[in-house]
Amino acid sequence: MCLGVPGKIVEIYERGGLKMAKVDFGGIFREACLDYVPDAKVGEYCIIHVGFAISVVSESEAMETLDLLKQISNIEEELGG
Amino acid sequence: MKYVTEYRDAALVKGVIEEIRRTVTRPWTMMEICGGQTHAIVRHGIDQLLPPEIELVHGPGCPVCVTPLELIDKALAIASHPDVIFCSYGDMLRVPGSGHDLFSVKAQGGDVRVVYSPLDAVALAQQNPDKQVVFFAIGFETTAPANVMSVLQAQRLGLKNFSILVSHVRVPPAIQAILSSPHNRVQGFLLAGHVCAVMGYWEYPPLVEKFNIPMVVTGFEPLDIVQGILQAVQLLEAGEVEVANAYSRAVTFEGLKPAQDAINKVFMECDRKWRGIGMIPMSGWDLRPEFDEFNAEKRFDVESIQAEESPLCIAGQILQGLKKPHDCSAFGKECTPERPLGATMVSSEGACAAYYKYKG
Ligand code: SF4
Repeated sequence: MCLGVPGKIVEIYERGGLKMAKVDFGGIFREACLDYVPDAKVGEYCIIHVGFAISVVSESEAMETLDLLKQISNIEEELGG
Repeated sequence: MKYVTEYRDAALVKGVIEEIRRTVTRPWTMMEICGGQTHAIVRHGIDQLLPPEIELVHGPGCPVCVTPLELIDKALAIASHPDVIFCSYGDMLRVPGSGHDLFSVKAQGGDVRVVYSPLDAVALAQQNPDKQVVFFAIGFETTAPANVMSVLQAQRLGLKNFSILVSHVRVPPAIQAILSSPHNRVQGFLLAGHVCAVMGYWEYPPLVEKFNIPMVVTGFEPLDIVQGILQAVQLLEAGEVEVANAYSRAVTFEGLKPAQDAINKVFMECDRKWRGIGMIPMSGWDLRPEFDEFNAEKRFDVESIQAEESPLCIAGQILQGLKKPHDCSAFGKECTPERPLGATMVSSEGACAAYYKYKG
């Protein structure tokens, strides 16, 4: 139950006074509450946990980390590992 | 899937593990606090790929595992009421109480339902005004935003037939308890990424300072986990004590302010018993008195229920990183996922269940 999963916001609407969204998890769609991430926009990725967005994934931070890790792995190749 | 697939890239994971191998010069013991990470580590065999100097011990971060027995007995008592619809996250249904579990209450005609989100339970209360709807609000900081929203939403809708049975726990007091133990072996912590997504990581620098040990905010995919381990090893080898963030795409220092505000509005800190471990001071959350009308323990008068644990089960020592599942004499014999003795065998995030599934 404790795993949060990243999904893409495809639609934002209001229901019962809450900001809700339709979220795409690689082709599976579920509803999630966006009340805690009021600035999230359609097209952005959120970590969804028990029906609530608990984080908007930062594209730039993700790129930076991946670049760094790729660098680390390339160094390895150069050393013949 | 974006933000998943690229973090399972075997070549990258291997590359980072090689870097760990190059960095490490002596033995280090670190604990991943979160059961989701334990599951991922055992499932992907990360512990097998690491250099022998690094030992991972598994922490108490599985909410299903640490929910105390008497809370489960209280849930069973409430769920057996004829006019109650009892709602829970799926994994709680098979957790054994003193006598039976929620599944057997359901089999005997109790109205026990699995919900995906606590808002589903609020909707059930709206649709069933003649029933009492009770939601089993368990979890760490990750489920707290959702769980408190169910109360705020029920209040907004003026519902008189909705309440929650609260068993909330928090990570920082658990870390404090583990590090304060005279038997502690943990030299570095991998912090639970999604707990920190909600809470930020401003609560950890005082702990880092007090116990002089580094901590790294870590995500859940294999690449996230090896990156967290690499950063922890780098800090340990350099003798640096600080909180590093290896999950910056999802976690900021401040965390999710609107969620923290909602939690503080509905919950207050309280002493909480952890299954297998015992009482940890101020380690939990409970409803503030202003929200008494949504407090299922008060509504159903189950506050006095007490319970005793199975003597065979050493889950408490496993949850504190002192023992591994294979050290338990009941592991795979008296205790299996089909017939669990302890909660760490029930939840897929429990260390015993993960070892049973992936290490036999
Ligand atoms: S194997 Fe079963 S009895 Fe042993 S510690 Fe794990 S849950 Fe408890």
